[in-house]
Amino acid sequence: MDVLSIDGLTVDFKTAEGRVRAVDNVSFTVPQNRTVALVGESGSGKTVISQTVMGLLPASAEIVSGKVLLADPAKDIPPVDIAGLDRKGPQMRQLRGNNVAIIFQEPMTSLSPLHTIGDQIGEAALLHRNVDAQQARELTREMLRLVHFPEPDRALDSFPFELSGGLRQRAMIAMAMICRPALLIADEPTTALDVTIQAEILKLIKDVQAELQMSVLMVTHDFGVVANMADEVVVIYHGRIMEKGTAEQLFTNPRHDYLKALLNAVPSFHMDKNERLVPIRPIEVKAEDLKKSGVECKVEPGAPLVEMRDVTKRFTLRKGGILGTRPKTMTALDSINLTIRRGECLGLVGESGSGKTTAAKAILRAIDIDDGEILYNRGEGLKDVAHLSGADLMDYRRRVQFIFQDPFSSLNPRMTVNDILSEPLQIHDVGTPDEQAERVRSLMSLVGLDPRFLRRYPHSFSGGQRQRIGIARALALNPEFILCDEPTSALDVSVQAQILNLLQDLKRDLNLTYLFVSHNLAVVDYIADRIAVMCRGRIVEVGATREVVSNPLHPYTKALLSAVPEPDLSAPLDFAALGDKRASEPAAWPEPFRLVDGMVPALVEMEKEHFVCAPGLETGAIRGTAA
Amino acid sequence: MIYYIVRRIVTMIPTLFVISFLIFFIIELPAGDYISNQVAALKSSGESASIAKLEFMRKEFALDRPFFERYLIWVGLWSGPHGFDGLLQGNWGWSFEFAKPVEEVIGPTLPLTVILNFATILFVYVVSFPIGIYSATRQYSWGDYGFTFLGYIGLATPNFLLGLIMLYLFNIWFGLSVGGLMAPEYIDQPWSVAKGLSVLAHLIVPTVVIGTSGTAGMIRRLRANLLDELHKQYVTTGRAKGLKEGRLLVKYPLRMALNPFIADIGNLIPSLVSGSVIVSVVLNLPTVGPVLLSALQSQDQYLAGFILLFVAVLTLMGMLVSDLLLAVLDPRIRLGGRAAS
Repeated sequence: MDVLSIDGLTVDFKTAEGRVRAVDNVSFTVPQNRTVALVGESGSGKTVISQTVMGLLPASAEIVSGKVLLADPAKDIPPVDIAGLDRKGPQMRQLRGNNVAIIFQEPMTSLSPLHTIGDQIGEAALLHRNVDAQQARELTREMLRLVHFPEPDRALDSFPFELSGGLRQRAMIAMAMICRPALLIADEPTTALDVTIQAEILKLIKDVQAELQMSVLMVTHDFGVVANMADEVVVIYHGRIMEKGTAEQLFTNPRHDYLKALLNAVPSFHMDKNERLVPIRPIEVKAEDLKKSGVECKVEPGAPLVEMRDVTKRFTLRKGGILGTRPKTMTALDSINLTIRRGECLGLVGESGSGKTTAAKAILRAIDIDDGEILYNRGEGLKDVAHLSGADLMDYRRRVQFIFQDPFSSLNPRMTVNDILSEPLQIHDVGTPDEQAERVRSLMSLVGLDPRFLRRYPHSFSGGQRQRIGIARALALNPEFILCDEPTSALDVSVQAQILNLLQDLKRDLNLTYLFVSHNLAVVDYIADRIAVMCRGRIVEVGATREVVSNPLHPYTKALLSAVPEPDLSAPLDFAALGDKRASEPAAWPEPFRLVDGMVPALVEMEKEHFVCAPGLETGAIRGTAA
Repeated sequence: MIYYIVRRIVTMIPTLFVISFLIFFIIELPAGDYISNQVAALKSSGESASIAKLEFMRKEFALDRPFFERYLIWVGLWSGPHGFDGLLQGNWGWSFEFAKPVEEVIGPTLPLTVILNFATILFVYVVSFPIGIYSATRQYSWGDYGFTFLGYIGLATPNFLLGLIMLYLFNIWFGLSVGGLMAPEYIDQPWSVAKGLSVLAHLIVPTVVIGTSGTAGMIRRLRANLLDELHKQYVTTGRAKGLKEGRLLVKYPLRMALNPFIADIGNLIPSLVSGSVIVSVVLNLPTVGPVLLSALQSQDQYLAGFILLFVAVLTLMGMLVSDLLLAVLDPRIRLGGRAAS
């Protein structure tokens, strides 16, 4: 029996420019106790469909035609046509939360910061399950246990800001599940989470689904998630369904060109080194203009360009008071030793909070380090960056540039693209105004944007276009070394492939060196020559990409790799192996990898050119500037 | 929590000292003092008979001492002509202009000032709260536009003009006596029920007049805050649970939007006192505002200094109250330290 059947759904948005069709004649069904994945890029209308089912469409949206039938077999509720209900009426309110529930992408913002978890979860039970406050609390406790909260009793009275992202998402799931709905809508439930936590949450959804016999509508753009979760797949593009079928049909024999293109745009571990992703909208790189004006990097390819030696950075969490409270510090970087060679792309991988962005910012000299030194070769040997000042520092700034993670907040909304791109040239006083204008135009065509867009403001561009503007800004001064801080994590797969290829082409044509920070191992595997894995401020493994991915030695790297969902039905995640024990606890690693506070995280060359942080194996001779 | 309250109160002490020093410093910035100005005036008019008396007074009030000594004597931390006799000892100083102790000059006006301020803040909050919520939840409706319009009129009308108009109307309609905070027959009379009622009746006009601009500003702020919160994800989460709109609004976004509302209590007080001077003059209100104005003009330094300090104390109290309320309402403030550990 079908829990949800959508038939010929069409949704229009009323905007200032007239009606925009967001969903066009969409039909599909979600059978009981099955998972259906709704796949598409951002703006394809998948969220509008989930909002329609929840009755949460904004006031400007109008259901033009079609039926959305929701049934709840467990509660003996015959199919109700949601499309015909008043969105704010009591009938819709009765269904919402009770028969159909939703979890959102961003666990940080989807819980109220002012109310306890117990209050927020129990509220749904109070509304629909006819219980008093005491019983609701009991149900909440039970639910928290079901979603494997470490201490359900304490969690009842804790506030969201006291919990990590993964725990918040668990709380969201508990909230959605407490009334045992027939249908759970998961709107990109793991996009904002680290891979290891993503795997845990996916496992949890599967477990809960098996326990409660419910159906799941999984809205996502990640084919790795689809391959691991979905029984059936619906591919949507511009509000229309392109293809639907079982997961097996679609992965083994994609028929529609759009689906084929999407699948080709996803990086996976089994790609050949020379194999390129095929973006749906590729960019042609025209680098001729830029090549001739660059500062020539005098460092030979393969020689060390940047070296971090025992770099340590501590952050003060809370200042010590006059009344004798001791300041609290957190070690963001703990004796980091890392070498970046000229012409290579070094991937820096780790979960959020592992210190990878801090490391990148330390190299940029955007933050000062507490210990150790960062050396950079400007053609006259390795010199400590911390001692640069005046003209030398300006020269360093020209050579080293940064690409930010969030293309939305990294561009000033009050500056035109022209202002954004010419600002670095003005600061460094490069060329005459005419030359600057010429250069800005060639930068635009370099990243595949029309120079006519120069007078526009950032808000009129899509995420991928903004990221290209960010890349163009980083390239404006012809740098030799670029720090990329998760440049694609906020983007769709298809756009991600486009940006990754762009970065690769630019590196080849402009002789660049990259430090590529990411939490996505598949992306790093695609673009990086060598990988450094970070955990809790330490580097735990460094080696050639192929070597680290195919032969990981450190338990943390192994855990990271096993948690990546692959867009491949033949390589499912090993959910059973994901224990409750987290692999990101250095004190819990087996010997010789075990690390406790105060230990120097020494890197040992366990295999040729493959270094692992294993203090237990340290012989003293190999310490220091290894890697 | 108790530790937090104690700490907040303890940190108020150094703050008060800094404020008192700044006040004293700024008041003393103009050259000369009240008595030396008098002396100069007398000299220029050829009279020199009373100069000796004035010179005696300069000594009496330690005006011939260096700046820091004068300050410390005023506060009561330095031995002056009469030993330790300053603010700390309960001596509020001497008003030259009125030739009376400061206590007697402003003693009767202080409670009225506090009452008026309190009434005004109450008025601002009681009026702006429902209107702000209405405007935010029905954004771009006729009601929203109407209140916005009224609010801008409130902001744009000079307070004293509004005061005069209202006084006139109240006088015609209700026979309320013009000006003052009580009917003339109760002035200098001991407190009684009738006098209290008279004060209440006379409070209406000044409260409304002084409060309008604050109310208009507060409505705009609450509306903007609430509009921000209404589109946050957690509101959708609540709605997805099947909450009724009204309950949803009160439980989630409204509580979030309350924060700036409460934090403003402390800020409102100084602007009310300084903003109400002209109104007080026009409406002939027996508050400290007009006294402060004349004291500043005539360099009656101890009087002015004391009034400014009094306002500062009121402000600090307001800040304390808003901080404590915030800690009660917002667990992130209450428990923030714990979460970081």
